[in-house]
Amino acid sequence: MSDRLSVFKTYKLYVGGKFPRSESGRVYEVTAKTSAADAAGQGKWLANAPLSSRKDARDAVVAARKAFGAWSGATAYNRGQVLYRVAEMLEGRRGQFVHEVADAEGLSKSKAAAQVDAAIDRWVWYAGWTDKIAQVVGGGNPVAGPFFNLSSPEPTGVVAVLAPQESSFLGLVSVIAPVIATGNTAVVVASEKFPLPALSLGEVLATSDVPGGVVNVLSGRTAEIAAPLAAHQDVNAIDLAGADDVLAKELEIAAADNLKRILRPQPVDNADWSATPGTERLTAFLETKTVWHPTGSLGASGSSY
Amino acid sequence: MPITASHALADVTASDSTLRRFLHGLPGVDAVGLEARAASLGTRSIKTTAKAYAIDLAISMVDLTTLEGADTPGKVRALGAKAVRPDPTDRTTPATAAVCVYPDMVAVAKEAVAGSDVKVASVATAFPAGRAALGVKLADVRDAVAAGADEVDMVIDRGAFLAGNYMKVYDEIVAVKEACGTSSRLKVIFETGELATYDNIRRASWLGMLAGADFIKTSTGKVAVNATPANTLLMLEAVRDFRAQTGVQVGVKPAGGIRTTKDAIKFLVLVNETVGEDWLDNHWFRFGASSLLNDLLMQRQKLATGRYSGPDYVTVD
Repeated sequence: MSDRLSVFKTYKLYVGGKFPRSESGRVYEVTAKTSAADAAGQGKWLANAPLSSRKDARDAVVAARKAFGAWSGATAYNRGQVLYRVAEMLEGRRGQFVHEVADAEGLSKSKAAAQVDAAIDRWVWYAGWTDKIAQVVGGGNPVAGPFFNLSSPEPTGVVAVLAPQESSFLGLVSVIAPVIATGNTAVVVASEKFPLPALSLGEVLATSDVPGGVVNVLSGRTAEIAAPLAAHQDVNAIDLAGADDVLAKELEIAAADNLKRILRPQPVDNADWSATPGTERLTAFLETKTVWHPTGSLGASGSSY
Repeated sequence: MPITASHALADVTASDSTLRRFLHGLPGVDAVGLEARAASLGTRSIKTTAKAYAIDLAISMVDLTTLEGADTPGKVRALGAKAVRPDPTDRTTPATAAVCVYPDMVAVAKEAVAGSDVKVASVATAFPAGRAALGVKLADVRDAVAAGADEVDMVIDRGAFLAGNYMKVYDEIVAVKEACGTSSRLKVIFETGELATYDNIRRASWLGMLAGADFIKTSTGKVAVNATPANTLLMLEAVRDFRAQTGVQVGVKPAGGIRTTKDAIKFLVLVNETVGEDWLDNHWFRFGASSLLNDLLMQRQKLATGRYSGPDYVTVD
């Protein structure tokens, strides 16, 4: 047996590129999901995670708003490079994530490893989309007049993301990557029961060229943090992936106040995050800008351009 | 008004040496204690109705400021409109105390706030450096006053002050006060960030008040260190002590670097705990700020609606 003292990790939030504790000073116990849970239905204690308050949510929105200009203004190619860098960093920490996912979701090492590999692949997949999505959803529109008519997608803005509750890492990556790939910035509410992989992802993002504030990770009670985010006037969209039916309805009502874009939760409780995602999550948080540009006459002499 | 014969401190300004003896005889500032006191007063939690009161009070104390080389008449007019009605969607929002502009914009600002209680303040005396001959500075002041400035914000000659030439600084303030006449109130800016020590800030405060300042003001907002809770607390102590000795009340204006409602409320706590309610009024306490107002308005909207507001719902300055 080793005579070293065990070094417990203090999990912290990731807001504005920094690692603060919750403003409230609160924490909650995160336990493992094990098949052989004890009588009280509790797995073994893993760590304390910050229990974020609405003020943490507000601070995260401020950080996300501040980061939006530079991130959305970066070239798509550059965003792709940065996201690919994230995948490189994830690869380097693969062992840690496998461990955390196995503990959190009660999976065997090999199953957890498969989840983490899928998540890293997913991240690379989205990194490739950054400079391609505009060609797919934008382009020249045929119009009945002497105009060039061009549509191009632009990011919606600050997106609140409620991460899936059950899939603590693959699900998390599947909702964050598409939001930031297109130039949005995100305030992510981690899975309530299994927040540790999300908090560790913050450490990866901090060391991989993603500017501070582009992704902000909060842990705590989803309903408590999501309510002020849904009502917040400076949040432009909300992804309700991690909300149950009742909560989703409440949040949609709150979000309607400033006409937020809403991505409703998946129809099934345990969405299959391993399937190839398609571009739906990429396009959910895009606004289409259309430009009309006069070309001159399209008369008998033929096109003048 | 400069010191009069009946004054308790009348002989202090009799000559350069008496003034120096007085200013250097002021008790030294306990820097650690001062900062600790300012920090501890900053930890008060002000919530609900008290917060609503504090926000409205702070809005009414804002000197809405634009001091840029690129100021246009249009920008000054927009600022004036905002000062009169900070939140057009909510008519219960109080107006700000004043707009603060350069002297050549005073006439424009005056027109923009006409018919309201909002004052027009003008910086003068070769703001922000103050490096010009006295005649030029006085002409600057007279221009502003002639254009209708209700308040004049002058900068002291920091060079003379740091060189120990207190009488020169004193005479200059007295001359500017005279140029202001009876219609305009004089705010004296020390640029605390350039005075290097707390002892100097205390000396400058007393010097300004002896020379007849109606307000003492921390900074121009143009240097790295502007208003801090500590230097404002020190100046509040000075105006408290000055009134105790002379019966004359002098206002305080922290300026620059106060951007959030939380900060503003901390300053109000300092005022209440140091000099009391007599100063909790925009006649005696001001915030020199521009972006602060938007944050105050957003917090006000948050209190009214329960949801966080955003910069899309206030004007872009």
